[in-house]
Amino acid sequence: MPTDLLYGAEVVLNGLMAGVLYALVALGFVLIYKASGIFNYAQGVMALFAALTLVGIMEGQIPFSHLINAMFGSEIHHFGWHVPAFFAILLTMVVMVGFAILVQRFIFRHLVGQEPIILFMATIGLAYFLEGVGDLMWGSEIKKMAVGLPQGGSLWVEENTQWLGFGNEDFYGFFLDKLDMVATVIAVILVLALVAFSQYTKQGRAMRAVADDHQAALSVGVSLNYIWILVWSVAGFVALVAGIMWGAKSGVQFSLSLIALKALPVLMLGGFTSIPGAIVGGLIIGVGEKLFEFTLGPALGGATENWFAYVLALIFLVFRPQGLFGEKIIERV
Amino acid sequence: MFYREAGDFSTTYPQDSQTFPIRFDRIRYYFVLAIAFLVIPFVVNDYWVSAIFLPFLIYSIAAIGLNILVGYCGQVSLGTGGFMAVGAFACYKLMTAFPEVSMFVHVLLSGAVTAGVGVLFGLPSLRIKGFYLAVATLAAQFFLVWLFNRVPWFYNYSATGQISSPDREVFGILVTGASKPAWAAYLFCLVFVMFSAVVARNLTRGSFGRKWMAIRDMDIAAEIIGVNPLASKLSAFAVSSFFIGISGALFFSVYLGAVEVGEVFGIQKSFLVLFMIIIGGLGSIFGSFAGAAFLVLLPVLLKNVLVGVLGWPTDIEAHFELVIIGGLIITFLIAEPHGIAQLWRVAKEKLRLWPFPH
Repeated sequence: MPTDLLYGAEVVLNGLMAGVLYALVALGFVLIYKASGIFNYAQGVMALFAALTLVGIMEGQIPFSHLINAMFGSEIHHFGWHVPAFFAILLTMVVMVGFAILVQRFIFRHLVGQEPIILFMATIGLAYFLEGVGDLMWGSEIKKMAVGLPQGGSLWVEENTQWLGFGNEDFYGFFLDKLDMVATVIAVILVLALVAFSQYTKQGRAMRAVADDHQAALSVGVSLNYIWILVWSVAGFVALVAGIMWGAKSGVQFSLSLIALKALPVLMLGGFTSIPGAIVGGLIIGVGEKLFEFTLGPALGGATENWFAYVLALIFLVFRPQGLFGEKIIERV
Repeated sequence: MFYREAGDFSTTYPQDSQTFPIRFDRIRYYFVLAIAFLVIPFVVNDYWVSAIFLPFLIYSIAAIGLNILVGYCGQVSLGTGGFMAVGAFACYKLMTAFPEVSMFVHVLLSGAVTAGVGVLFGLPSLRIKGFYLAVATLAAQFFLVWLFNRVPWFYNYSATGQISSPDREVFGILVTGASKPAWAAYLFCLVFVMFSAVVARNLTRGSFGRKWMAIRDMDIAAEIIGVNPLASKLSAFAVSSFFIGISGALFFSVYLGAVEVGEVFGIQKSFLVLFMIIIGGLGSIFGSFAGAAFLVLLPVLLKNVLVGVLGWPTDIEAHFELVIIGGLIITFLIAEPHGIAQLWRVAKEKLRLWPFPH
């Protein structure tokens, strides 16, 4: 095989794995959108907040220590203990459930029946609020996510794909990030678990009922309040997983919250209401932007990844406004 | 007591359809104008102009522009930052290409260029609606910023990739550059604010505005009663981008003087202007001003209180600001989805009856 083609194949593989990470974030959006019709812009910040909380708990940081120090002139920073990753993840999950309850109780319960755009803007406000709270609680410096995920390229893959070059000296085998491979596996497990949850459990069935029709679900005795808290908690869990993955990849910092913006074109491609759509959309965007950068990027001056996804989604939407797997949009007067 | 229509008779049609039908409103309007044009320029200093008045005036123009698109025509846009960048770079290219032409012309032309770009990115709105459109406008935001970063022609091949505004005059008085007098910059922006507000107000209560609002309320129904969706949506994009372009040009040339496009006109700017119109009130010109004033004054106030009085570090103050802005937006949406403008309307209704509430 010619080397260019092999490099192309490597780019596609890496793109697929990046796509899985986008899909992870997009999943959280789809869950909330399906169940409550809220387009949750804060999903990215939730991932950031979850990652910050996880790191903070593991390091034994005192919440709001900067703020307390500033207000009272004290010098407190750490409790002085370290929590193992597993317990820290559990504790973070508890925090995210608490967050779901608070959001439901103080924000969206008061906004039931408002226009979707108002709900969307409320989540933008929530994103700002949460970002500020996260920074105040845990400080805004870049942190390392050390939960024991493997780092660096995989030598094993490199050695075992070298024969593809057929004696070509320039080809050293595929370079794949270990972390990306782990992320792919975890994402697949997560999706399967979510599908199983929504298909085979009582709560999952209630969730789908709410997504189908709020009033019909209410009339057969499904508690909307409970389901919404459940959905926000599940979204918080997905955010936590995404936060761990992205945090391990690029450090826990503000730019983590911007992955929400990257997830938007994924959603538009896949359709807002479809879980498989989020996965397929993520893969298309991941591969598309890597390939585009690989082939045309140098000619255009590089860094095309910043906008390619949006423009692709924009062009795509002009021809199919509901996305690949979305429900057909029917409008009546 | 003094705020009511009683005794205020209209005897001609123009009188009946004027912007401020109540005499007290009219007087208040002229009073504000007189203060803004005749008093403030003589008393302001550099700090007040650069910390409060310039950002307030320039953001007001941007908010009016975005309000036409989002509040009146119902097309949610997250591309404001990108369009402001178009205005800024158009202004820069014009300023350096034609140094002897007046700044008024440059700024207006930058608005016109931005209007063209806005129409281009508005084309998908005919197929895409709601959220999908909001996300599609993100394409404009990211693509435009990338474009201005990567194509050296836009920043005249300068080594830093920044653009910085040269000294330019209006009627022989400097309005850009480092040595401009504060009052001149203030007055220059004020003229554009006044122009934008008057044009926007009259467009929105005329046939254009009615068409926009019909599209906003239900586009299919609007089409059936004879509103052309192509013309109305694109005209809303054009007018909105025109104002946003003007504000971008002023933001660069008069307010900042030097601009690094990714930092100044990033996605954060789009959200900031969107917040202004949410807090101020969607579909209200007064709301655009109120929202801009609120979000310009709030950080200044917080900074003065928290850093100046309480002595907190600035980074904590910045985080606190996020919490407060986010909290306020949520509170506003819950308590009063129509923003400050609605509070103002309610207050006026109360005033008309005061002191006898029935």
